[in-house]
Amino acid sequence: MSALGELHSLTKREKGQPKVKVKHRHNKAAYLFLLPWFLGLGIITIGPMISSLILSFTKYNLLQAPKFIGFDNYIRMLSDESLHQSLGVTFLYVFVSVPVQLGMALALALLLDRGVRGLAFYRSVFYLPSLLGSSVAIAVLWKQVFGTEGLVNQFLAMFGIAGQGWISSPQTALGTLIILNVWTFGAPMVIFLAGLRQIPTMYYEAASTDGASKFRQFRTITLPLLTPIIFFNLVLQIIHAFQSFTQAFIVSGGSGGPAESTLFYTLYLYIRGFSNFDMGYASAMAWVLLLIIGAFTAINFWASKHWVFYDD
Amino acid sequence: MVSSAIKHAALILAGLIMLYPVLWLVVSSLRPTDEIFRDPGLVIRSTEFSNYADGWNTLSSPFTVFLINSSLVVLGCILGNLFSCSLAAYAFARLDFAGKKWWFAIMLITIMLPIHVVIVPQYILFSQLGWVNTFVPLILPKVLATDAFFIFLMVQFIRGIPRELDEAARIDGCGQGRIFAQVILPLMVPALATTAVFTFIWTWNDFFSQLLYLTKPEMYTVPLALRAFMDAQSSTSWGPMFAMSVVSLIPIFLVFLFGQRFLIKGIATTGGK
Repeated sequence: MSALGELHSLTKREKGQPKVKVKHRHNKAAYLFLLPWFLGLGIITIGPMISSLILSFTKYNLLQAPKFIGFDNYIRMLSDESLHQSLGVTFLYVFVSVPVQLGMALALALLLDRGVRGLAFYRSVFYLPSLLGSSVAIAVLWKQVFGTEGLVNQFLAMFGIAGQGWISSPQTALGTLIILNVWTFGAPMVIFLAGLRQIPTMYYEAASTDGASKFRQFRTITLPLLTPIIFFNLVLQIIHAFQSFTQAFIVSGGSGGPAESTLFYTLYLYIRGFSNFDMGYASAMAWVLLLIIGAFTAINFWASKHWVFYDD
Repeated sequence: MVSSAIKHAALILAGLIMLYPVLWLVVSSLRPTDEIFRDPGLVIRSTEFSNYADGWNTLSSPFTVFLINSSLVVLGCILGNLFSCSLAAYAFARLDFAGKKWWFAIMLITIMLPIHVVIVPQYILFSQLGWVNTFVPLILPKVLATDAFFIFLMVQFIRGIPRELDEAARIDGCGQGRIFAQVILPLMVPALATTAVFTFIWTWNDFFSQLLYLTKPEMYTVPLALRAFMDAQSSTSWGPMFAMSVVSLIPIFLVFLFGQRFLIKGIATTGGK
């Protein structure tokens, strides 16, 4: 079961369970085993989370003491054009690249399912890019490939088409990053493959005995039984895509250019916090990001009741 | 038969398109720079290793330094994750303690938490402790089990180990420490391997936290070195830059080649990340 499934069942089991005082047998041993984790939770996660919430109500540049300014940071966000631009860029990136990426992943998983010869080889070929995709090296490569004299334009020239500088043009720069994210569809594909293998073959045998076409089988067996996996991939890839940083940073030289067209939210947060040392504002941005991601995850969970099919 | 041939042709074509940029990167790293901008093909006419020699020594320190730095960070992170996550996972999978359900839920939620919501105070804390330009801020969080994804992965794995084994050890008089170290740990080697492989790849590729905490060139890791290379160079040095990019990808590729089994299993059983 996936992490999301676990969370889901934890909330379900909650209801209707009688409250019984139980004696916990291993309190002392368990807390010892969990000591590093508890320390991390306090010092690395929850402590800083609370601090950043407090900092978000201050003006702080690391040199002078933080100055309390109430909701000023949040109010400034309302009129910050670059912030609005970064939100637009990020939303566009998330809502185009994630569905396309998952669509590719599902399509390839279906092609590879059920006894294709050389499955392991194909799986490796499609999976490898998802391991390389977040590296600086691939971002460097992308910058050349989609550059004015890059690989893409060299190919286009062979067909007599004059290309343009895909990364230097504000209209297409974000598109190259979307392609890069789609290119890493291998990881969700492997998850789909594992999910497909869980579907009992007898369902298909029964369906073909009844004369159901391949398409009908896909629509009435494969797709419904795969919805929990689709849901899982969707939630995780959205959370992941909202936090994209490296590729935009490298391709734009850390600026989010041209014309702020690749200014991811996290990149703008980095610029405000660690180039301008506006720590209060960066903290406010971080909390807004958390709320956005939380909201989308909640919406996803809510909507899942209507389309995700649990077989239990 | 025909449809199967078409299927394979389509798969091979798709695979070729997917890997073409990477293959071209490798081939181009062996070409003089001006040819990189003229030849979209994969044919190698003359092998030019000078790009590698040039790239290796372009920055103030030789590339060896960056490779060593990255390796140290990766090693620290792997050891940290193996140590802390396996301890926590044992408690969650096998021990009975107060508030277990809540702690477990909190652990699952932290998997999904964006790093940005903690990074500013973390940076302030670590810089006040004088740890900027050391590897401590990169490794310490792993020693304290903040990569909860791996705790979850190991919990899943331990749940699959028959409880009779623990019971037998307990009857023989083993305490929890010994049951963990002598019964469970040896049996969870595949989960540990998956953790090591994923930690290697994610840490080797990590850019954001290394960018924050390592600012001195002699402390640079491989991704930071590549970025500095890119900023410092004019368009004439794509050859050496490609060469160093290839160097930076080789460890990932090797780990993929030998650890693939664990990667595929890992993402298939946990639903991945």
